[in-house]
Amino acid sequence: MTIPITRKIIFYLLLIISSMLVFSPTLMAFVMSFMTNQDIMTGSLPSSLTLDNYVKAFNQFPLLKYLFNSLVVSIVIMLGQLILSSLAAYAFVFLEFKGRDLLFYVFIATMMVPFEASIIPNFHIIRDLGWIDTYPGLTVPFFAMAFGTFLLRQNFKQIPKELREASQIAGMGDFKFYLTVVLPVARTSLVTLGVYGFLTSWNMYLWPLLSTTNDSVRTVQIGLKQLQTQEQLNDWGVIMAGAIIVVIPTLILLFLGQSKLQKGLTEGALK
Amino acid sequence: MSMHSTAIPATAGSQIHFDKVKRKQRIKNFFKGMLFLLPSIVLFGVFLFYPLVRTIYLSFFLTDAAGNTTVFVNWENYVNLFSSPVFLQSIKSTFLFVLYTVPVTIIIALFLAVIANEKLRGIGLFRTLYSSTMGISVAAASVFWLYLFHPSIGLLNMLLEAAGIDGVGWLTDPAWALIAVSITTIWMNLGFTFLILLGGLQSIDSYLYESADIDGAGYFYKLRRITIPMLSPSLFFVITVTIINAFQTFGQIDILTQGGPVNATNLIVYSIYREAFVNYQFGSASAQAVLLFIIILIMTFLQFKIGERRVHYQ
Repeated sequence: MTIPITRKIIFYLLLIISSMLVFSPTLMAFVMSFMTNQDIMTGSLPSSLTLDNYVKAFNQFPLLKYLFNSLVVSIVIMLGQLILSSLAAYAFVFLEFKGRDLLFYVFIATMMVPFEASIIPNFHIIRDLGWIDTYPGLTVPFFAMAFGTFLLRQNFKQIPKELREASQIAGMGDFKFYLTVVLPVARTSLVTLGVYGFLTSWNMYLWPLLSTTNDSVRTVQIGLKQLQTQEQLNDWGVIMAGAIIVVIPTLILLFLGQSKLQKGLTEGALK
Repeated sequence: MSMHSTAIPATAGSQIHFDKVKRKQRIKNFFKGMLFLLPSIVLFGVFLFYPLVRTIYLSFFLTDAAGNTTVFVNWENYVNLFSSPVFLQSIKSTFLFVLYTVPVTIIIALFLAVIANEKLRGIGLFRTLYSSTMGISVAAASVFWLYLFHPSIGLLNMLLEAAGIDGVGWLTDPAWALIAVSITTIWMNLGFTFLILLGGLQSIDSYLYESADIDGAGYFYKLRRITIPMLSPSLFFVITVTIINAFQTFGQIDILTQGGPVNATNLIVYSIYREAFVNYQFGSASAQAVLLFIIILIMTFLQFKIGERRVHYQ
């Protein structure tokens, strides 16, 4: 079907105007991060572009350390979620045992408990374990994940049961079947879930704020808050440079994986 | 099974043996299942179910600064909350915030998804731009808008003044602060909501549109009679998620307003945070957390009840 030319023009106009509105705060921050403080204060368009803000941001704050911490935390959470979700999903799809349905309802029930509602005892648990200012304290509470389990369960269900029967006759155990057949077949879903897990972990705010007290494992999101509150001179260029550094990794990941993420999230959400 | 019992006349002895093997197999299956599920179950137990029970327990006590219970006070924490103007304000602000953010987010995201679902050249670029806010963390988004809302050098007031309108104290005027936080939140939520709705649109069978075209149906007729009904599962999902997210809002508040001015933006999670980790009133904070849990439980339940009747599943 061809679209009439007038309709095409209307759609392009709508698309362009909306995308400018949606993207303008990000674009503005990007431009500001290269502007001199004088241009920002007087509200003029950039008269010259400079990298000074980035140099200042890296010199005055341990941004590299924060970035490294965020990277470690996000990757560890992502791997933890992938392993635990795929193991649980395997049990729900391929194994039959007493109490399985009950456990499935327990997993559903976990989705109704907001993390924020149980944050006080969680903080005390981490403190009593001596996990404040450590990577385990920042990561382990997020490994178990009902959403990820459901998403992978949906995907594992498409693997024919006969395949497992055949592998059992060939003397292959469940764990080997899980590792060598199920995981490779489901790799698209695993990538989707991985990207999703990485994005959400990288962007986590409340928990890292509570469970870090110094720079040793502090993540970049809390670093940005520090940058914003400690920047005495209202140096918006430096603050925006910090913000751009924070969003670049996730934006790149999102741009690369957008179509996959959309497909995966829709499937997990609706079936 | 039936073949088994007819083909081989079972003696009592082999029957017992058969049952034993079956039971052994069942136990083995049970342990194997548990082995795969154990990591998740243990972590859910330690970091979700136990803390939930502990929160309920704490809400009936006074605590010391380390979080140990000192005095059992029965329902007093709850009674105090409902007679505290600060907490009542927090509840009111939270519900207003949900009301401001959820419908607007859904409507804008739906509009974006509909126009980005056209088969036009370069559409991929627009889709990427619309979903971009999903990749922007709450800290970064809040910093962007903190500048936009700045009273003197912020872009919004500059634009207003250029148009001859007096600037607004976006984050300092109690009448505007919640709206300012809502605008930030709507913008942040657009990416995810758009992505889910676009996915929903793309899964609608094109056959439906083709037969409507043959009948000569117009664009808006198709939108109203095909697109929206077929999209209802996705819409239902994003409405639920956006409502629950709105109740869990924290980062924007912490960076933009710290709950002020005069508690106008002291949303419930921020209120819990302040009560627990600034004032060290863990009992009272736990009572608030229990209320948050109940609100979310009711919301989820209502959503499913309403959803069951209204949503059109393919």
